Amino acid sequence: MSEFSLLDPFQYATIPLGDWVESTLKFLVHNFRDVFRAIRWPIDQVLNGIEFTLQSIPPSIGIILSSLLGWQLAGKRMALLSFVTLTLLGLIGVWSESMTTLALVLTSVFFCAVIGVPLGIVCARSNRLEQVIRPLLDAMQTLPAFVYLVPVVMLFGIGNVPGVLVTIVFALPPLVRLTNLGIRQVPEDKIEAARAFGCTPRQMLTRVQLPLATPTIMAGLNQTLMLSLSMVVIASMISVGGLGQMVLRGIGRLDMGLATVGGAGLVLLAIFLDRLTQAMGARTSADPSLRWYQTGPVGVVLRLCDSAKPAERRKTA
Amino acid sequence: MSRADEIISVNNIYKVFGNQPGVAMNMLTSGATKNEVFEKTGQVIGVFDASFAVKRGEIFVIMGLSGSGKSTMVRLFNRLIEPTAGQIYLNGREITGLSDKALLDVRRKEMGMVFQSFALMPHMSVLENTAFGLEISGVSEQERHSRAREALSQVGLAGQEHSYPHQLSGGMQQRVGLARALANDPAILLMDEAFSALDPLIRHEMQGELIRLQAEQKRTIIFISHDIEEAIRIGHRIAIMEGGRVVQIGTPQELINQPANDYVRTFFKGFDSSRVLKAGDVASFDPAAVCRVNAKAPQFQLGVPFGYLLNERGALLGVVDTAAAGTPAPCNQHQLQPVYTDTPLHEVLDIAASLPYPVPVLDRAGAFQGTVSKNQLLQTLSRH
Repeated sequence: MSEFSLLDPFQYATIPLGDWVESTLKFLVHNFRDVFRAIRWPIDQVLNGIEFTLQSIPPSIGIILSSLLGWQLAGKRMALLSFVTLTLLGLIGVWSESMTTLALVLTSVFFCAVIGVPLGIVCARSNRLEQVIRPLLDAMQTLPAFVYLVPVVMLFGIGNVPGVLVTIVFALPPLVRLTNLGIRQVPEDKIEAARAFGCTPRQMLTRVQLPLATPTIMAGLNQTLMLSLSMVVIASMISVGGLGQMVLRGIGRLDMGLATVGGAGLVLLAIFLDRLTQAMGARTSADPSLRWYQTGPVGVVLRLCDSAKPAERRKTA
Repeated sequence: MSRADEIISVNNIYKVFGNQPGVAMNMLTSGATKNEVFEKTGQVIGVFDASFAVKRGEIFVIMGLSGSGKSTMVRLFNRLIEPTAGQIYLNGREITGLSDKALLDVRRKEMGMVFQSFALMPHMSVLENTAFGLEISGVSEQERHSRAREALSQVGLAGQEHSYPHQLSGGMQQRVGLARALANDPAILLMDEAFSALDPLIRHEMQGELIRLQAEQKRTIIFISHDIEEAIRIGHRIAIMEGGRVVQIGTPQELINQPANDYVRTFFKGFDSSRVLKAGDVASFDPAAVCRVNAKAPQFQLGVPFGYLLNERGALLGVVDTAAAGTPAPCNQHQLQPVYTDTPLHEVLDIAASLPYPVPVLDRAGAFQGTVSKNQLLQTLSRH
């Protein structure tokens, strides 16, 4: 050891950050195992539910249902896009893997929405909280995923549930940020008008702020979805199944075919989900002069029913 | 505290914007001016010691240039802005110091507000926008929609219920804004430069509409404006604000005839005062030029060019040209076209120009009140 020098004090004076983290982690693992088990539980339930549903729907039915959903939400072009992307997924032979990945993504988006939207709303109301949360969000977005992959494995083990957890960590920030932004950007005069007519804070939120912030919040949800998809590959390192696993295996074995098929599957899934959520956002920002049930397949069915009824009446008369 | 005909009374209201209102208030009470307070503490005085009362059923216009505190003032009534000091009474009940719940009630039931920027909700249809206040107060859907429809038909928007605000013109949007405020059936309508964003023609139309609605419903309206034409057209009384102070309150005529200071006077610069002033405001009574008819032969003092003959009850019989040997000129019906004290001045101009003598002015009972000469007219018009 050299003498302490003012010119280069870091030879001597350092903070053992790594050691601290390690001992903290050891402490947590030893003493709070039950807490982490408890956190696993709800994620496990939601994930299993979604995955079971998606896996048990036969591919053809799944494609038809998705196309109808696309039509309902965003018109016939979306229906066509849903049909094409999902059929391609089946054709390249990754249907089952895609459904696993979709289940993972939907689960993490669900939890992101449950955590992120309320957090964004609270941030929009309190400048101080926003100041605290902001660096945290920065860290969640910029910290390399590999850094928290290891502690997550130590605390939660391996498998799909910890995979969802690391995905939530990575995908949550844009939703919080954009919910916060959307609510802060609601024009002051609308807020003032709502106050002048006697809105309680709750009515202000549900009747004015959230509806006006919806397009921004939907953009946040779209970002969250995209980030979850990109995280799936990294999460496959802790034994998360699905398309990411294919990519990882392909890289490991230098099997370019396998990796490319997995990658293409991810891209197709991303296109499908991105267009769908964007269309949902655009729809809420436009003023629908028609109710949602008056358009799309539901509208067609209702119109058919409507035209059938007078026909019956005519018959009886 | 308040008299029966006063719906709102304002007592020594102050509003200080900034983080140290207490310091600013101390300085103000010890006699510092607005500018001194701003230089020393950085606190901005929005409203400075305002006291006045608004009568039930009148259109009360608060006028001032931008930054004079008029928009702040109107927001103090429903406490969108909290006053720093002073009291406001609504029907004798103090609004300042109400609990949050009671305040919500006042906003929902007693006051409706119309905004310069319309402030309609873009995600709601015209009907939903109009019913917004009712929905907030928890009125059932059926009732609030029927009341909203009624309000929309009052402002001439029946049939537009299912449009969205962005599909309407500015004038129509503000009609929705007005309907939204009327749907709650508030005792007081607060209008913050409600027509300033509209083009002149539509603005004129909306002013007429407002006057009509007020005449029908006898609602108290507090109207904020920076436009003197608008204020005089719709206002029963006008309060003029300057730098947070209320400098003068009065009817349009009072403000024109006795402006409190140069600031008030400058408001009427370029304003055609002949449209507001009445013949009675200008008429003067010269006893030397008047002769009661009970004197057998009318005698006028020398130097009076025209004499006015009255009967016992003060009614005008005729005009005498004293230069023509003091003989009474015959009463000429054409020449005695009546001008009354409440005839607008701009209608008098024409008559005065066609008569050789000063125009006699009568009250509505027909009694002679005085005369208006051409010189007086010219002086009056050039003064403003």
